[in-house]
Amino acid sequence: MKNWPLWEVFIRSKNGLSHKHVGSLHATDEEMAMENARDVYTRRMEGVSIWVVGSKHITASNPEESGELFEPAQDKVYRHPTFYDLPNELKHI
Amino acid sequence: MTDYIIALGDNNLILGQRLGEWCGHGPALETDMALTNISLDLFGMTRSYFQYAAEVEGKGRTEDDIAFLRNERQYKNVQLVEQPNGNFAETIARQFFFDAWHYLFLEQLAKSSDSQLSAIAVKSIKEVKYHLRFSSQWMLRLGDGTAESHEKMQDAVNDLWMFTGELVTSSDLEKAMATEGIGVDVNELKTAYYEKLESVLREATLEIPKKDWMQQGGKTGIHTEYLGHILSHMQYLQRAHPGAEW
Repeated sequence: MKNWPLWEVFIRSKNGLSHKHVGSLHATDEEMAMENARDVYTRRMEGVSIWVVGSKHITASNPEESGELFEPAQDKVYRHPTFYDLPNELKHI
Repeated sequence: MTDYIIALGDNNLILGQRLGEWCGHGPALETDMALTNISLDLFGMTRSYFQYAAEVEGKGRTEDDIAFLRNERQYKNVQLVEQPNGNFAETIARQFFFDAWHYLFLEQLAKSSDSQLSAIAVKSIKEVKYHLRFSSQWMLRLGDGTAESHEKMQDAVNDLWMFTGELVTSSDLEKAMATEGIGVDVNELKTAYYEKLESVLREATLEIPKKDWMQQGGKTGIHTEYLGHILSHMQYLQRAHPGAEW
């Protein structure tokens, strides 16, 4: 059992919302991963849809590279569209 | 009628109790939860049956009285469900043999002329469909897995096979209830039941045992040595502290 691969589980809680990562689990194959996800993560009506994906298929950013990846965005407030005066008539923006 | 409904609940109650023994002992967290989820589903069904039985009987007994205050001979569950958990393969074989029957049975019970029994069947069948999917998948994985898992699975199938016959052998009570349109004549499930078992066993590369000697008795209150021990665990609290609540 210790050799069972790891899977990441994503649950969509309601129609119209997007899937959210809820955790991970161990399983030998896709089908077992799906069943385990159902048993471990949706017992209390948490969801209406499940995605499982092998953790090995996820490419993660390296925390050591966060300097070059994320810091350059920190001082570029002009990338937020907050410098425009919007006419009052415009809703939903 | 009351006896018939109680017998329906007994299968679920005893199997649920057995599965509950896995709580905290499952081979992996994920399977531990799967087995206890199934256990809780079965207890839910048991409650529906016992509440209804108490109502039909109308003698003031409650669902708890029915569950906890009867003696061994008064339980009418099939002997299959009281068999010990054993290793994981044995639990899976027992579960699969039961689920395959349970699904076919509920399909028929859904057609019962008794609206309450029909409603319980319709609600339960969704749960049982998942139970069957879970246990069938594990039959395939273990049967068609490693040499060791194959051997353990085959041993489990061979050991429990003699308890399958009782599921599809109608008792007098079942026949009578079927004639009234309320219950299910389980004899009629026999062909479909063994077809299901054999197709999964074949796919799992397991040998199909011969259908010769089949154990009978649970439906008339004759049990294997295990039921008494289950009841002593299950009933201890109610017997020692009658009416205890928390």
